[in-house]
Amino acid sequence: MKPLKKLSSTLIAIGSILLIATYFLPIWRIDLWAPQYPEGLSMQIWLYKLSGQVDIINGLNHYIGMAHIKEEMFPEFKILPFIVAFLVAFGLFTAFSKSRKVLIAFAITLVLSGIIALVDYYKWGYEYGHNLSDDAAIKVPGMTYQPPLIGYKELLNFGAYSIPASGGWIFVLLAVITFAVLFFEIKTNK
Amino acid sequence: MKNKKLLGFAAIASLFLIINACKPAGKGGSGGSTIAGDAAEKVYVAPGTHDELYDFVSGGFNGQMSVVGLPSGRVLRIIPIFSQHAESGWGYSEETKPMLNTSHGFVPWDDAHHTTLSVTNGEHDGRWVFINGNNTPRIARINLQTFRTDEIIELPNSGGNHSSPFVTFNTEYAVAGTRFSVPPDNFGDVSINSFKQNFKGYISFVSIDKETGRMALKFQLTTPAISYDLARAGKGPSKDWIFFSSYNTEQANTLLEVNASQKDKDFILAINWKKAEEYLAQGKGKKTPAKYAHNVYSEVTHSGTSTIMNEVMTLDPKDCPDMLYFIPCPKSPHGCDVDPTGQYIIGSGKLAAVIPVFSFDKLQKAIAAKNFDGEFEGIPVMNYDAVLHGEVKKPGLGPLHTEFDGKGNAYTSMFVSSEIVKWNIEKLEVLDRVPTYYSVGHLSIPGGPTTKPYGKYVIAYNKITKDRYLPTGPELTQSAQLYDISGEKMKLLLDFPTIGEPHYAEAIPASLIESKSVKIFKIEENKHPYVAKGEKETKVERKGKEVHVYMTSSRSHFAPDNIEGVRLGDEVYFHVTNLEQDWDVPHGFAIRGANNAELLIMPGETQTLKWTADRIGITPFYCTDFCSALHQEMQGYMRVSPANSNIPLSWHVGKTAMNQADEKTK
Repeated sequence: MKPLKKLSSTLIAIGSILLIATYFLPIWRIDLWAPQYPEGLSMQIWLYKLSGQVDIINGLNHYIGMAHIKEEMFPEFKILPFIVAFLVAFGLFTAFSKSRKVLIAFAITLVLSGIIALVDYYKWGYEYGHNLSDDAAIKVPGMTYQPPLIGYKELLNFGAYSIPASGGWIFVLLAVITFAVLFFEIKTNK
Repeated sequence: MKNKKLLGFAAIASLFLIINACKPAGKGGSGGSTIAGDAAEKVYVAPGTHDELYDFVSGGFNGQMSVVGLPSGRVLRIIPIFSQHAESGWGYSEETKPMLNTSHGFVPWDDAHHTTLSVTNGEHDGRWVFINGNNTPRIARINLQTFRTDEIIELPNSGGNHSSPFVTFNTEYAVAGTRFSVPPDNFGDVSINSFKQNFKGYISFVSIDKETGRMALKFQLTTPAISYDLARAGKGPSKDWIFFSSYNTEQANTLLEVNASQKDKDFILAINWKKAEEYLAQGKGKKTPAKYAHNVYSEVTHSGTSTIMNEVMTLDPKDCPDMLYFIPCPKSPHGCDVDPTGQYIIGSGKLAAVIPVFSFDKLQKAIAAKNFDGEFEGIPVMNYDAVLHGEVKKPGLGPLHTEFDGKGNAYTSMFVSSEIVKWNIEKLEVLDRVPTYYSVGHLSIPGGPTTKPYGKYVIAYNKITKDRYLPTGPELTQSAQLYDISGEKMKLLLDFPTIGEPHYAEAIPASLIESKSVKIFKIEENKHPYVAKGEKETKVERKGKEVHVYMTSSRSHFAPDNIEGVRLGDEVYFHVTNLEQDWDVPHGFAIRGANNAELLIMPGETQTLKWTADRIGITPFYCTDFCSALHQEMQGYMRVSPANSNIPLSWHVGKTAMNQADEKTK
């Protein structure tokens, strides 16, 4: 196989470097609306922390017996910065190696990381949405409060959006670049 | 015969008609033809949309200020200032009690007359609103970010702080003239009829810090003993000056109704306050003993502190030539208003048949030419004609106050003839008049006292209400009217009821304030000595007979909500911190038998209620502000044991989501 074209490796390098921005940007966001919150409530998930109106959301969640959301409860926040550092390094290595095989490995790694992240996020959502305290003030038979994995869902008086935040879109962008480059290489660089 | 009978009947009937019709057209009753056809549309603020103006309305004898939205006339809020306000605990909570301290001790009431918005370059800057306490002379500063009273300063050597708290061109000073001349505070025992020898009319200059708004009594002028009624600062060319109207230049001390209405002309006092500053810098001031309170509220400790001051700098006009001038003004002038250009000073002699307009340029020329008509207690009295721009003839009866639209017109309130009269300042011609319902006192054009009037509305604050609303027994609301002044003719748009007895009010475009409005206090910035910044920090401590409860409130419980070990006769201080950091989630706190009031605690704030354990048994407490779906469950118990009991202090709250999360992450 021929080495990657200059354009390809440059794009991969740029995409990987862009990923550094995710240290300074939120990855995911959950936005909530209710009649009493016309201005909305929002929580952002970063690589290493939570931000937004977490305390207010906690205050409201306790009525339905949902566990308190606290940063210290998520070991992910200690690991994620290293995983992203690894991805950046892997991306740069891919660019410099100019090897299509490495590129394929990088693409698979990206997809796997994405799937693992979503599965992990789903598990936490499931855990919070289902593991409700027995002495909750408000109990609606059959009702669970798992936020949507992606998209919109109604939870009692709240409407909840779960969508990638700016940092999340950088991941998406990197994945798009990687697969576009791979496709381009396969098509043109025989 | 039959015809005669008919004729007689007709005669009686027409007599009835005459009797019933003898009320002249347009008198009494509704607004009649003066109501604008599209009035409803002009004052309608659709649900979910906001008023275009905030109106800060003095509350008069309620000692408060109300915030009214215009053009709707809806009351948005009552700001407690000089009066205790049981609703929020103002003046009852341990933190706010010092704000009502004076040299006379705790004074929980006052008569608040004039609101004054801060200005920069003579234009509203949306930072603070000031208001006077008339009875126990004080000036308060209200923060327009929190709509709360930040500071109150007392004024010594004064009685009846009426001509106050009008501010200078860049809010360098808020002034305070005494309505009752009195002997200086430390003068001792004198007879009342020694007025002319022993009484003085002090005028106070309270400086305002440019950045913080912090007030200080910079100096007092020991001016002649007359009644200083109202004041306005100059603008533009006259910005170094301030003008006070006065009455009782007769210097009567009894039956002023008659005795103070004898002279044809009283005075407008023109003060060059820049000159006063120069004299102070030259060391002409004299420090004299005077006792007054200076009270400041901190948004960080959420507490007020009161400091008693012991001296004041005074300036004697005798040592300071070219600083004060008296302008003769017909018949006991009340209002004394300066037009937006700073060129014209309008005196409203409440018993006069004309409205005199004085020219600042002419005043300067006459001063330079020493065109005086003698002097009054050593202060030059200007020649009336030399400083007069002209008189408005037959303006109406009982002129009180004048405001401006910025288009060269003045609007004067007429108490006796119950109307607002619009006239041209330059030409001194009456242009229009509309009735008010009834007997207008102050009137207000948004931005009217500034260099840039808003010019869209004039509001009449009336002294008599009678039939304007559904009757409510002998005590009625005070009525106000809103008029459209955007056209040539004034048009009545709206009647609205008010809170207390409004005197002056100032309105400001909402856009200058709205975006700066504070929503919560940040809990991490709370430096209250008894704050609990989380349920982990709650506790109960005993200091002799005092018990201090460090309590938190959040939706929907107190922590702790079970307290035992308190003994009969203990003084219990509930220091309640509202842990919420969410807009519009205050919590209340009330306990049975409290001799003060309740607390309303805003998000992130700490407030303290003192309660005496006056009987053995269980006393409930609860949240008074409907905070959440489980507000009704937000309640707790205090156990009071006999004085000799040895039950230890204990406190408790059930497992909350907050303390469980704390446990898990320990």
